Amino acid sequence: MSWEPVIGLEVHVQLSTRTKMFCGCELSFGDPPNVHTCSVCLGLPGSLPVANERAVQYALKIGLALECELAPRSIFHRKNYFYPDLSKGYQISQYDEPLCRGGRLGDVRIHRVHLEEDAAKLVHLGQSGRIHGSDRSVVDFNRGGTPLVEIVTEPDLRTPEDAREWLVLLRNTLRQLAVSDVNMEEGSLRCDANVSVRQAGTAELGTKTELKNMNSFRFVERGIRAEVERQVGLLESGQNVVQETLHFDPQGGTLTPLRSKEEAHDYRYFPEPDLVPVRVTEEMVAAARAELPELPAARAERYLELELSADTARRFAYRPDLGDYFERALAVAAAGDGADVSAQSLANWVAELASQLDDADPAESKVAPEALARLAGLVTGRGVTSAVAQQVLGRLVAEGGDPAAIVEAESLATIGGGGELEETVRAAIEANPDAAERVRAGKAEAIGPIVGYVMRETKGRADGGQVTRMVRERLGV
Amino acid sequence: MLDRSEVLHVARLARLRLTDEEVERMSRELSKVLDHIEKISELDLEGVPPTSHVVDVPGGLRADEPRPCLSREEALASAPAVAEGGFEVPSPGL
Amino acid sequence: MTLLALTAAQAAEQVRAGELAPAELWEAYRERAAADELNAFLWVADEAPASPADDAPLAGVPFAAKDLFCVRGVPSQAASRILEDYRPPYTATVVEQIVAAGAPVLGKTNQDEFAMGSSNENSGFGPVLNPWDRSRVPGGSSGGSAAAVAAGLAPWAIGTDTGGSIRQPAALCGVVGLKPTYGACSRYGMIAFASSLDQAGPLTRDVTDAALLFSAMVGKDHCDSTSVAFPEAVRRPRAEDLRGIRLGVPEELTSEAEGLEPGVRENFEATLRLAEELGAEVEPTRLPHAAHGLSAYYLIAPAEASSNLARYDGVRYGLRVEADGDLVDMYSRTRAAGFGPEVKRRIMLGTYALSAGYYDAYYGRAQRVRTKIAEDFAGAFERFDFVVTPTSPTVAFPLGARTDDPLAMYLADYCTVPMPLAGIPAISIPNGLSEGLPTSFQIAGPAFSENRILDAAYALEQAIGFDGSVPR
Repeated sequence: MSWEPVIGLEVHVQLSTRTKMFCGCELSFGDPPNVHTCSVCLGLPGSLPVANERAVQYALKIGLALECELAPRSIFHRKNYFYPDLSKGYQISQYDEPLCRGGRLGDVRIHRVHLEEDAAKLVHLGQSGRIHGSDRSVVDFNRGGTPLVEIVTEPDLRTPEDAREWLVLLRNTLRQLAVSDVNMEEGSLRCDANVSVRQAGTAELGTKTELKNMNSFRFVERGIRAEVERQVGLLESGQNVVQETLHFDPQGGTLTPLRSKEEAHDYRYFPEPDLVPVRVTEEMVAAARAELPELPAARAERYLELELSADTARRFAYRPDLGDYFERALAVAAAGDGADVSAQSLANWVAELASQLDDADPAESKVAPEALARLAGLVTGRGVTSAVAQQVLGRLVAEGGDPAAIVEAESLATIGGGGELEETVRAAIEANPDAAERVRAGKAEAIGPIVGYVMRETKGRADGGQVTRMVRERLGV
Repeated sequence: MLDRSEVLHVARLARLRLTDEEVERMSRELSKVLDHIEKISELDLEGVPPTSHVVDVPGGLRADEPRPCLSREEALASAPAVAEGGFEVPSPGL
Repeated sequence: MTLLALTAAQAAEQVRAGELAPAELWEAYRERAAADELNAFLWVADEAPASPADDAPLAGVPFAAKDLFCVRGVPSQAASRILEDYRPPYTATVVEQIVAAGAPVLGKTNQDEFAMGSSNENSGFGPVLNPWDRSRVPGGSSGGSAAAVAAGLAPWAIGTDTGGSIRQPAALCGVVGLKPTYGACSRYGMIAFASSLDQAGPLTRDVTDAALLFSAMVGKDHCDSTSVAFPEAVRRPRAEDLRGIRLGVPEELTSEAEGLEPGVRENFEATLRLAEELGAEVEPTRLPHAAHGLSAYYLIAPAEASSNLARYDGVRYGLRVEADGDLVDMYSRTRAAGFGPEVKRRIMLGTYALSAGYYDAYYGRAQRVRTKIAEDFAGAFERFDFVVTPTSPTVAFPLGARTDDPLAMYLADYCTVPMPLAGIPAISIPNGLSEGLPTSFQIAGPAFSENRILDAAYALEQAIGFDGSVPR
């Protein structure tokens, strides 16, 4: 029996506004505790929230980029629960009238996008802080009230790898919008996952669980994979999946159920009376739209016009970091001596770079777009072989620098048709008499060991086609 | 109307520790009040929109401009317990 | 004692004319407030204020603020033990505005805890006594402010009204109380009871004082997104008659009203006759949903309160009671020890009304009733300039008379809850005595009709000639 995972994501994005969602305290990261607070974010008696215009603007940009429907009027709700990181005993969030609904990014439909405020930071004091034998913690309200956008997808993802890849796409899209630092390690991008499994080919959804605390792209994939395996194990042994919230422990890769309290889900939502409804005017939408960068669909279209393959065009459009890097390299190539490099071969080198970088943003690597353009130019102009270029790229990734200089210093330039190569070809035939005989006898494919000998001897600097021609010439076939 | 177990459930939601005597009284008094309030269930409110805000004016947004914060001393001045520059509390556990 | 006989506006005029030194005025009232025997004050200033600017509209005439207004460095406790001696690091916008207009803070007045109550017996710091009869309640929740003004302990005062908390104590103490249009005065720095209903307003000796103090309170505040710029200047009322004014008398809140005392009814009818003599047309009208106002109010206000009071959790300020180091236990003990019985009752009621499975039947339904009540008023204001009722169905009742019957206590707000539900303004002016205790007349108008309400109230006030001088 085969099982199909059904995965939806809930992504929280800290917005990079100057001030908090509902008060004028500046956002901060890493400052000493409780130096960015005021009557509002501390929930002092009598204080009132006022929504940050730029946060609304950023949320609208996200909504537009995700092709959502923007609500002309939306309201905030109070989500009531007691927790020390919550200064008012409720979180101001949006409930049944969110700012944006519907939408799509890549193959995944967006359910909703809404605005809310972040909780404060709770720091455990550990053994040293024990009082009356009890565990103590300390609350730091610097982060409390930071604007958050929550993006909820439909359950459209089917594998842990897809979930990770889509999250990277979302991260890159948000980065392109310049609305957030989108850093998972620092918590400005956070992802929870709703996971269920069902028998392949059925339409009905299984019981889902919610996974929390997956604070890197890798952990998202690992956490979901572990949960899918756990659920499949349960179902195959005739047990049921229980709806619950699970905490992912990255160290052991284990999932622990969060203690469920009987009233855990009675948040007693009601419209936040302290905030008037948010009116999204045509001017606000126009302003948000004007700030939008080129969106993936339009970008893919443009790449097709550059005669990139459909796959590459789509990949670079959805990975704007790769697309941006590619475009910078292309501009250099067109302006400089790599003029005859085709867009597709340059794109292939960008893809190769991305693969060597384990999918990190190439703009943050040591490889300058100029260097990559020049490397591609060397290959196209047959100054180096592809095999050598791979080695050079490895060097660039590790140390940076100019590919031409590396080729020069390491004597990696392609060995031309001169005496040096003639001599190696002769030695290769001598060392493989059987193969030589078979080639002479008309078995063209037997040339492999001879060419291989030459490539080894020249450390890949010889052009394979040229070597083959020279061997055949010398063997008189 | 509101029996003992409901009173205890609501009190737990509201984080109110009630004595047995209070639970008993709460049940009696709230039931009486709810009986009176119950009258609104007789009204035909089909299609009537709810009013959550009597003022529904545009322009309720704030420019993204910083305002002065409290000093840490001011922020912590009224705190019942302080440790390491923050508000000290019993740990909530996972 | 002539100085104390002056209304606040008269005192301000004398100060501006150089006939009265602000310091003398301050000292006279400070002494009286400090010697308060009514438990009207929870805190009295001891530092003399700076002299007011020459052109300050309020000319140094000090005012008393209900305890729930935050004043920087001054106890602001909403009369709750959970906030005992809490001193906020900031000041409420309306207090700042009044101080900026030249009136210094004389003291903080007692109230029902978190403004929940109609008798002031729910204060965490003891009840306030009615200056007309110290065995009776002053009304609530702004009972301290009403009693202080009635007893001449303060020239004027501010309070807040959620379901009648300015108008009802004003009525029971024989002073003027104005509940403004929702949004006219900033709520920033007002310790919240029910956010969608709470409004600050003046409690004063007469209508002219109410207009003057109110003029310093209005305005759009960027710290309160629900505040609105007042559309016109607040004028000093001068109307001498009511010619051309149409008064609607809603049967639901008058002849059909539950528990309307005969003396209150008599005085109400006498005032209606007086209004006609002044040229007003008086006709019955209907507010079909007004009778359900109390139900809607006692769902909406406790629901919002249950959320507004969640912040009193023993973490950032106020009381903390901890026994065994468990967080939930700390919350529950702190709140059990810090809140009084009525506050607990309303938190329970509000939590219940919002809880899973009950929202639609209670809170959701109450919000629809609210819509109907607003429509009723809008309909009435197509025919009438104002809707008029008695403010309180009864005169001041004896201390302890209703403490065992929450529902009976809630009925004290019967005539005053519909207006805040609709967000509209209303004034209460004394219109006579019944059994030696003040009765009152309420005038409600459309949103932002305060100038016209004040004019009508002024004309009636002159005609009624109420003698508010209780034995001082």
